[in-house]
Amino acid sequence: MSSTPFDNQAPETGTARVKRGMAEQLKGGVIMDVVTPEQAKIAEDAGAVAVMALERVPADIRKDGGVARMSDPDMIEGIIAAVSIPVMAKSRIGHFVEAQVLQSLGVDYIDESEVLTPADEVNHSDKWSFTTPFVCGATNLGEALRRIAEGAAMIRSKGEAGTGNVVEAVRHLRQIKNEIARLRGFDNHELYAAAKELRAPYELVKEVAGLGRLPVVLFSAGGVATPADAALMRQLGAEGVFVGSGIFKSGDPAKRAAAIVKATTFYDDPKIIADASRDLGEAMVGINCDTLPETERYANRGW
Amino acid sequence: MSDPVVGVLALQGDVREHLVALAATGAVARPVRRAQELDGIDGLVLPGGESTTISKLAVLFGVLDPLRARVRAGLPVYGTCAGMILLADKILDPRSGQETVGGIDMIVRRNAFGRQNESFEAAVAVRGVPGEPVEGVFIRAPWVESVGGAVEVLAEHDGHIVAVRQGDVLATSFHPELTGDHRVHALFVDMVRARAKADAL
Repeated sequence: MSSTPFDNQAPETGTARVKRGMAEQLKGGVIMDVVTPEQAKIAEDAGAVAVMALERVPADIRKDGGVARMSDPDMIEGIIAAVSIPVMAKSRIGHFVEAQVLQSLGVDYIDESEVLTPADEVNHSDKWSFTTPFVCGATNLGEALRRIAEGAAMIRSKGEAGTGNVVEAVRHLRQIKNEIARLRGFDNHELYAAAKELRAPYELVKEVAGLGRLPVVLFSAGGVATPADAALMRQLGAEGVFVGSGIFKSGDPAKRAAAIVKATTFYDDPKIIADASRDLGEAMVGINCDTLPETERYANRGW
Repeated sequence: MSDPVVGVLALQGDVREHLVALAATGAVARPVRRAQELDGIDGLVLPGGESTTISKLAVLFGVLDPLRARVRAGLPVYGTCAGMILLADKILDPRSGQETVGGIDMIVRRNAFGRQNESFEAAVAVRGVPGEPVEGVFIRAPWVESVGGAVEVLAEHDGHIVAVRQGDVLATSFHPELTGDHRVHALFVDMVRARAKADAL
């Protein structure tokens, strides 16, 4: 015991405030997908607030097909050792053992992600039972609130990862924003029916109606390939941006990464976004989402 | 005296929570992203966030040098978590090229309390904050390794320094802005008011 005059009590880890508060610290920032320690360092040097450690970026997962799973622990540990910013990693939807493994490796956030092949067609993981916080994808308000009810401490759009096409992320963010705006106009009687319609707990629906936003941080994910894409998502209400394949599938990753960071901070300043957009080399090629067969749409995974 | 204007450095981090806390203590709170936005503020908060990201953006957009000059000239500043790191004259284990604003003669250790799984809440008694201890929310938090003679230690946790003050510069390892208890912000806004009053004489 210290002999100081300070009166301290025993600390408590894994509280909702500590989990959600962690995401609050990431606001205004860019979280980048990386597959090697070298890429993680490039991301950190470019100003990323966190990295997502994975074996293949979504564009390659799409190309390769097959079952996409949690990454190799050695690879995740290599990235944790390489950078001082937070490291996130993905588990399959409902694969709570992958999540247990990620927690034991000491990752800072777990993404229960539709980009990997779902392990359970009915249930997502019980995220309250973990010390490590979770981020989950959502296409609409009901889905976001169901994930929060399961313990998610951060929500992101699902976008359509690995396409380089921002259209789906725009749809999801607009949808969530519009549904929240609609709740704002409801009285108490109507909120019960709204909860039923949203298939979400009444208490959460009521909280969102009062706050005018989700009770956790909302990021954009999926399809961001340019500085202007990132700024668009922020102007649409995203508090920060995940960038997956868009950086390391482009011509000059270090430069593009730094440019997307600048545009995310100054998302409302077209002059800075213009400067950030100059001379970036090739953007990732991209896929048109309306040519994607329904079975290959990640946004349909999760419920 | 009119209400003091207190900026929040809004390059990245939990800016909104600080704006809310400052407004609740009677300050006029506004985000600051550009060097010219430092003009006309009576005090500044450096929020929680990623210290490497914030310092990079501050250098890139020409905010760091003007900010250093203002702090040296006596601008009251309060930093939480990443903001504490930015206010340290020295970082124990900086990333290459990581610069700080400085203002407190201390050495900080980044992520000293561990990774996210070790992030915690604990009651912390803070000198200068009357009443019950504050709820300390520590998120991948730094601690202060050592301080110079001019630095007043305001709080410790588990034998480590977690709140300090030197002149009109205040720093905490933890995040009062996440708790809804605005007493630490009130302490800072009182410092800003006192400073503005002294400058007016």
